Amino acid sequence: MSEPSWMMETSDRIQAVERMQEAERGGPLLSIRNLSKSFPIRRGLLGRTAGEVRAVNDVSFDIARGETLSLVGESGCGKTTTGRSILRLIEPTAGRIDFDGRDVRRLGATGLREIRREMQIIFQDPVSSLNPRMTIGAAIREGITIHRLAEGSAADAKVQQLLEEVGLRGEYATRYPHEFSGGQRQRIGIARALAVEPRFIVCDEPVSALDVSVQAQVINLLRDLQRERQLTYLFIAHDLSVVKHMSDRVAVMYLGKIVELAPAEDLYREPMMPYTQALLSAVPVANPRIEKTRILLEGDVPSPASPPSGCVFHPRCHHPAKDAACAHIVPPLEEKAPGHFAACIKQLPTGVSWETQQEAGGVNPPVRYLPVVKQLARVDKSAPPIGRHS
Amino acid sequence: MTEPLLSVENLRTWFHTGDAVAKAVDGVSFSIGSGETLGIVGESGCGKSVTALSILRLVQQPGRIESGSRIMFEGKDLVTLDDAAMRDIRGNRISMIFQEPMSALNPVFTVGDQVAEVARIHGHGSRRDAWNRAVEMLSLTGIPAPEERAKEYPHQLSGGMRQRVLIAMALIMNPALVIADEPTTALDVTIQAQILELLVDLQKRFGTSILMITHDLGVIAETASRVVVMYCGEVVEEAEVDTLFAAAHHPYTEGLMHAMPQLSEPRARLNVIPGSVPAPTDWPSGCRFRDRCPYSWERCEREHPPLYEISPTHTSRCHLAVEPEHRANPHPPLVEQLGVSV
Ligand SMILES: Nc1ncnc2c1ncn2[C@@H]1O[C@H](COP(=O)(O)OP(=O)(O)OP(=O)(O)O)[C@@H](O)[C@H]1O
Ligand SMILES: Nc1ncnc2c1ncn2[C@@H]1O[C@H](COP(=O)(O)OP(=O)(O)O)[C@@H](O)[C@H]1O
Ligand code: SF4
Ligand code: SF4
Ligand SMILES: [Mg+2]
Ligand SMILES: [Mg+2]
Repeated sequence: MSEPSWMMETSDRIQAVERMQEAERGGPLLSIRNLSKSFPIRRGLLGRTAGEVRAVNDVSFDIARGETLSLVGESGCGKTTTGRSILRLIEPTAGRIDFDGRDVRRLGATGLREIRREMQIIFQDPVSSLNPRMTIGAAIREGITIHRLAEGSAADAKVQQLLEEVGLRGEYATRYPHEFSGGQRQRIGIARALAVEPRFIVCDEPVSALDVSVQAQVINLLRDLQRERQLTYLFIAHDLSVVKHMSDRVAVMYLGKIVELAPAEDLYREPMMPYTQALLSAVPVANPRIEKTRILLEGDVPSPASPPSGCVFHPRCHHPAKDAACAHIVPPLEEKAPGHFAACIKQLPTGVSWETQQEAGGVNPPVRYLPVVKQLARVDKSAPPIGRHS
Repeated sequence: MTEPLLSVENLRTWFHTGDAVAKAVDGVSFSIGSGETLGIVGESGCGKSVTALSILRLVQQPGRIESGSRIMFEGKDLVTLDDAAMRDIRGNRISMIFQEPMSALNPVFTVGDQVAEVARIHGHGSRRDAWNRAVEMLSLTGIPAPEERAKEYPHQLSGGMRQRVLIAMALIMNPALVIADEPTTALDVTIQAQILELLVDLQKRFGTSILMITHDLGVIAETASRVVVMYCGEVVEEAEVDTLFAAAHHPYTEGLMHAMPQLSEPRARLNVIPGSVPAPTDWPSGCRFRDRCPYSWERCEREHPPLYEISPTHTSRCHLAVEPEHRANPHPPLVEQLGVSV
């Protein structure tokens, strides 16, 4: 089946705008096009394939040099799968990944090893990603040795310097992972990723397991390192407040698809896709005096093994114009405001014409619907900040 | 003021492991009125769960509720109550909702059987009655098609649905007090919103008191009327929720509020509390927050602060209550002066 013409138009437009922005910044460092990853569902003793889970479904985005793009969404929506596919820690089913002009999917073993020096990953659980029988100095040194970046005392010096850079003492190099707290272990994970001098880091929920006070330390550290080393981040998280403090742009995923993508400021000020609206309105606000407009979604996220037809969000959508067309038309990710992309055929403006929607059973013309804008715009800190030591 | 429903007085629950004693809960006092929601907030390891388990007397060896601790509930001291009487209180008068619904449910029984079992243990009616009540309860917690869902096993349900099952179990006997220990921490934010709404709703309906335990100040702000802040096994501040968020007194509470990223704030560098929580086998002398505090002075090292009264409904375990002038000159905390970031 060929793509309907309006769809081609919008995806062309997205690319045109992105190209324009990239030209200004000197081209993206990373460019993902139509990335998909399906996992087979196996049943029975013989492990026969009984369908597939579309964990990531036709995802496209660019990340500019020095930028932080965040992926947010609920458990199972495909964030980790996207991050790992980019590093080819899992093999994507389809799509194209370009890293600084190199086609990552076509690299052989040598090419992959080289590119993994430039692309690193930090995991949520620093405990399980460190070998308990290896000193943290040895763990950090591993990458340095593999990539022949330094030897002997020069390598030792580098390990010390990395530990200090992430806020730990150099002499900790001889200690084992269990001797450290969660926050310290996350710093070790960061030092280890930095050891090979990468340009791009996938941060997969790096602060989700940490306490509030320690989480703030690690967020600040990641931001400082980014500035000092001109790092580019793909930051994966489910905490929308954390994401706001980390990101230049944010992509919201739902059931394997990107449903909204915008500069962080715009996305948080004026979320356009109904799912993003519900997600932001659900975040508890640490101010008992604020009244909230909460959009309570019905039920759970459907299984990615049998996603709903048309707009994957339609069974739970609260948009007042939602109708039968939503179950038939797959909403393209279209530019609703400059640089602000959302996948919703009922949110104005849309390139999916009213005639097309009517042909698909639509009865409600698209309208502009922004239910949580007022609430999100409020700044609510009553007392002046203290404890500004960091 | 009327008699509180639950009053915890100088609770000390210590773990005696080998040569060390972990003073997980170390002199905690608070009370809950009938129909009230009291929040307990604090970072991991500060003793929230051990406090909850102590109230239900579910602390496992080598943990022990030390002598001198009192937990007064409906005129009885739960610390000294005999086991049979305690079993009758558990699930019947006081029930608990845990963070991880999967581990709180038995994988080999249907969820309907497990909810009905609670009603049967406490001797109410026949098997049939108990089942019907279970289905009714599941329906009240918003589970669609409850008759069919009741026949399913825990693994067939989503995390949010399992948490609804636990809530049904917790409320089926219409208890006076529900202890909710991080009831939404394992859930996604949109499901969390559903579950919190449900809890508040059911509380209004049944007039249950709730002890809401969480590390999330947002969840506290939206559910509790009064808040206890814990740090290193102690209560460091207690206040009405509005007061706590508008005028926190304790430097730890203040630090927590400012370290938390907020949706409504512009992107900026976060304020941090330097250092990390000390180990429970080795609480610092004097004020336990001393090393991380930007206001500490010599008295904080010398003297363990008592809970000072800031107002009749507000207490704080900080010497600034009596020497407020030290707040004027914050300094880098000790952990930073020693050159250790974490
Ligand atoms: N190895 C695998 N085999 C089969 N299915 C998988 C595999 N890995 C992931 N999936 C499925 O793919 C979907 C996306 O998973 P993924 O781990 O990317 O989600 P996520 O957004 O990172 O979630 P979380 O927030 O829970 O980390 C899920 O439905 C998951 O069950
Ligand atoms: N079974 C146990 N044995 C030894 N120490 C324990 C045990 N259970 C809890 N503790 C200690 O008690 C302290 C408080 O734990 P807990 O109440 O679970 O904290 P939280 O506030 O995160 O719920 C922790 O430091 C923990 O290490
Ligand atoms: S396309 Fe339809 S169902 Fe999808 S988000 Fe928009 S209004 Fe809702
Ligand atoms: S008593 Fe001293 S060290 Fe403790 S919180 Fe108050 S000012 Fe800080
Ligand atoms: Mg993940
Ligand atoms: Mg706990």
